[in-house]
Amino acid sequence: MNAIAFVHEQLTGKKDFPKFKAGDNITVNYKIIEGSKERIQSFKGDVIKKQGNGATASFTVRKISDGIGVERVFPFFSPNVESIVMNKTGNVRRAKLFYQRKRSGKSARIREKRQAVAEVAK
Amino acid sequence: MKGIIGKKIGMTSIFDSSGKQTACTIIEAGPCVVTQVKTIESDGYNALSLSLGDKKEKHSTKSEVNHYAKAQTAPKKFTKEFRNYSLEKNIGETITLDIFAEGDSVEVVGTTKGKGFQGVVKRHGFHGVGQQSHGQHDRQRAPGSLGNSSDAARVMKGMKMAGRMGNDRVKLKGLKVVKIFAEKNYILVSGSVPGYNGSIVLIQK
Repeated sequence: MNAIAFVHEQLTGKKDFPKFKAGDNITVNYKIIEGSKERIQSFKGDVIKKQGNGATASFTVRKISDGIGVERVFPFFSPNVESIVMNKTGNVRRAKLFYQRKRSGKSARIREKRQAVAEVAK
Repeated sequence: MKGIIGKKIGMTSIFDSSGKQTACTIIEAGPCVVTQVKTIESDGYNALSLSLGDKKEKHSTKSEVNHYAKAQTAPKKFTKEFRNYSLEKNIGETITLDIFAEGDSVEVVGTTKGKGFQGVVKRHGFHGVGQQSHGQHDRQRAPGSLGNSSDAARVMKGMKMAGRMGNDRVKLKGLKVVKIFAEKNYILVSGSVPGYNGSIVLIQK
């Protein structure tokens, strides 16, 4: 095993996040620290990018908040990412959905992928 | 002083418990063999010669083979001297990463990547001359004036000009030891380290 792969394996704990990809609609629950208090905030939107591998992997979630596009980058193995909830599986043809930044309203919607019932149950 | 020879592997990042991400460099360091012990009586100064990486005997000269035979090892690829080593070591002993502990502040010495012949903008951070228009023609990355006029009538020594860049020995101080994987001889130090992946670096404290 090469050295970087070994170190990544040691550094990254098991994260039981659902498998998601670009185009999926997810909710990320992450910890934020206000002074001494710690609470969980959620960020719901479409995944427009998954980037990197190993311990440095990250993904970008985009949502429209009050008519303004907001994007947030989450490191995959950050201890502050508490959980990820899968909302919808998107039907997209690309791995990076940067074209979404130019779109708004109806054209910015991502079609939901139709899945067999057995697959959804999994 | 204590130190060890290592090979730069590459970079990654690590999270602390509060979620702060730190960039760090993976270095495969040691185990090094002490191949010579220099003392004031015999050599005029105190130092330890450490060696890393085996070399085939057919690629070594006879003098190399015999020199390393004194430490009962095969000929080595890299040998570096550490002055005034703080640990008492005899010839033939090995030095591993347990001379460092996580959280230590260390120095890393390496050779920067060679950049070739570079102009003053890249090499010395000059800003170039003037603007793109207003009669400037093609002087955007030029050094400008080299000095005074008839008083002096020469260019001062040490004037910054274009030339070879990189390939310099550079020492970075105050890097933190983030993590040590002793069984694999990997050490993670915070931040970047000079040189390409696979280059030889010295870690010292």
